[in-house]
Amino acid sequence: MPIFFETRQLVTPGDLIAEGEYVAGENTYKENEKIYASRLGLVETENKKVSVVALKAFYIPKAEDIVIGTVVEVGFNGWTVDINAPYPAILRAGDVLSRPFRPQKDDLSQVLDMGDLIVAKVASYDRTHDPQLTVGEPGLGKITRGQILRITPTKIPRVIGRKGSMISMIKQETGCNIILGLNGVILITGKTLESEQLALMAIHKIDEESHTSGLTDRVTQMLKEEKAKMEENKNE
Amino acid sequence: MSSVITRVKQKQIAQLIEKGKRLDGRELTDYREITIEQGIIERAEGSARVLLGKTEVLAGTKVELGEPFSDTPNEGVLTVNAELVPLASPTFEPGPPNENSIELARIVDRGIRESKAIDTEKLCIEPGKKVFVIFVDVYVLNHDGNLIDASALAATAALLNTKMSKYQIEKGEVKLTSGYTQLPMKKHPITVTFAKIDNKLVVDPGLEEEQVMDARISMAFDDDDNICAIQKGGNGYFTPEQIQEAAKTAKEKAKQLRKKLDW
Amino acid sequence: MNDKPEKLIDKKGARLDGRKPDELRPIKIDVGVLSNADGSAYIEQGKNKILAGAYGPREVHPKHLELQDRMLLRCRYHMAPFSVQERKSPAPSRREVEISKVIRESLEPSIFMEYYPRTALDVFVEVLQADGGTRCASITAAALAIADAGIPMRDIVVACAAGKVEDTVVLDLMDEEDKLGSADVPLALMPNLNAVTLLQMDGILTVEEFEQAVNLAIEGCKKISVIQKESLKAKYVDVKEVEE
Repeated sequence: MPIFFETRQLVTPGDLIAEGEYVAGENTYKENEKIYASRLGLVETENKKVSVVALKAFYIPKAEDIVIGTVVEVGFNGWTVDINAPYPAILRAGDVLSRPFRPQKDDLSQVLDMGDLIVAKVASYDRTHDPQLTVGEPGLGKITRGQILRITPTKIPRVIGRKGSMISMIKQETGCNIILGLNGVILITGKTLESEQLALMAIHKIDEESHTSGLTDRVTQMLKEEKAKMEENKNE
Repeated sequence: MSSVITRVKQKQIAQLIEKGKRLDGRELTDYREITIEQGIIERAEGSARVLLGKTEVLAGTKVELGEPFSDTPNEGVLTVNAELVPLASPTFEPGPPNENSIELARIVDRGIRESKAIDTEKLCIEPGKKVFVIFVDVYVLNHDGNLIDASALAATAALLNTKMSKYQIEKGEVKLTSGYTQLPMKKHPITVTFAKIDNKLVVDPGLEEEQVMDARISMAFDDDDNICAIQKGGNGYFTPEQIQEAAKTAKEKAKQLRKKLDW
Repeated sequence: MNDKPEKLIDKKGARLDGRKPDELRPIKIDVGVLSNADGSAYIEQGKNKILAGAYGPREVHPKHLELQDRMLLRCRYHMAPFSVQERKSPAPSRREVEISKVIRESLEPSIFMEYYPRTALDVFVEVLQADGGTRCASITAAALAIADAGIPMRDIVVACAAGKVEDTVVLDLMDEEDKLGSADVPLALMPNLNAVTLLQMDGILTVEEFEQAVNLAIEGCKKISVIQKESLKAKYVDVKEVEE
């Protein structure tokens, strides 16, 4: 039962990865006992499962996902939020307002207006209707300050790292609070502009080199070097 | 009735095809009954009405005087247009030609043009200045599948029926005189269309077969068994073997049809 | 300016540009060339210069066109006014409408349309300079733009034309061969599945010559497919090499 590619080898859509009794994992499909790649990415095998870690993919909402989005429309009983997905997301007024909602009297733009950024959770989504959001949990709601960064959603797991090792390291080294939206949008809030810049640089580096190994060490190295430079500049 | 086909019907069609038969009892390579009437629109210089099963297409030709194209100064001009008029199907909407009517017109045009069916040099009156311009307008009146073959037959039949006015050149001007000559035709192209359903090819798809097919392929042949035009359509695909099979079958069907029509 | 060459193929079997009958024109492809489109690709094949961009999956506008159970694929093939010898009007011609349709039908079988209901994938192809075989080069670029956008596909569609020039079946017709030759057979293929998704023909061919042309076009497609895949990987392979 052959596998034609090694782990972490780059494949393109249509490449025959394996033949035989394998299970088609993410970004692959099975036809006639053959498993083909359906996206450009790196091969990964786990027992009988063959999958491809896509280098580039767009975000498709999943219930329970934390996302960061922009309000693009204020309706009369809720808001339409752009969560960087092919489907616009809906946040209902009832979810945000703690008291009963009166459409004629309440002006929703006073609560959330066009252009506002929010951190929300996907409450529900299926093929027949647009995703519903909720902000009714601690840590969710309107964003008032910080730096926003967008990367392709498939790289968010890399920013998190194995058991959160990468993201905790960055938070520690920069002293920033970082919220990772699974839709590829990241919010960085730090005590100083410089610390936020450091975090941005780290994430940029991960974005560009996500398909290589030894990244956690290199990012840690880079952060230490940049911090040292900043200290020097301050002391001069 | 909606144009969504039920799963039950889809299964029925597939099961029949497995056994080599179709909904209306035809074999996989049979055409429906074909009737061609010519000369039914007197105002047109030529016309023909084709009934292919219940599909009905009317083609009319108009002959005008015009200028030749600069790269073919000695040849007449052919223009083919097609209209999928709204009364022909609940799925046709009024409006300017959409991609379906444009594609249909161009497929019919290709069969006639590439087979050199019309002797275009005989349409030249004054080289580089005046030629006969032949307009073929294909009007689909009822859509019950396979508009391509029906339209191609109607267009060719209309051309065969077309008369051009006699003319004289007086003091450098072209004057039309009384009397007519038949449009000079050298070939009689025939187009054969297949639908691919469940990996089998069926000739002359009916409407319901078109609704379940993966893809279609049309091939036009001239009187010498040469292929002069091919068009694959639909969202599916063909294997190279199916393409060769289609070419061989289409060649035979075109020959049979040409004999039957006495073209 | 418009002198017709005497012979399209000389005694030694060389074509107007020196190629052998089964030889492709030089091809160069770059992927990810536009910053706004979700996916993009640029191809040069002979003197053809063609740019393809893909946007999607995205909301369908106008909304009434959205499909409940699948993505809607829309393609627009368009030639720039300066792309051809005699200026072409920017308005869509009937030829461009037909080609847009056949390009869409050549790409759709390769895309997992059912994965993204109620969305649209809009693919735009601009022919900046034309030199025969533009629809095939357009498909080759458009398929890459779709792959570059991260849309899941069964295979990357690739296209190439074959034809007949003075009694010889030849591969990858250039402009003069297309205009003066006796047949043109554009073909698009999903190479790993050996599935033909575009097939057209105009001219005069016997059934045997047609078979030859189809086989030759398929061979040409397979060669171009190798270049396609390399160009898709190129962005990432470079960086990988730098690190090692």
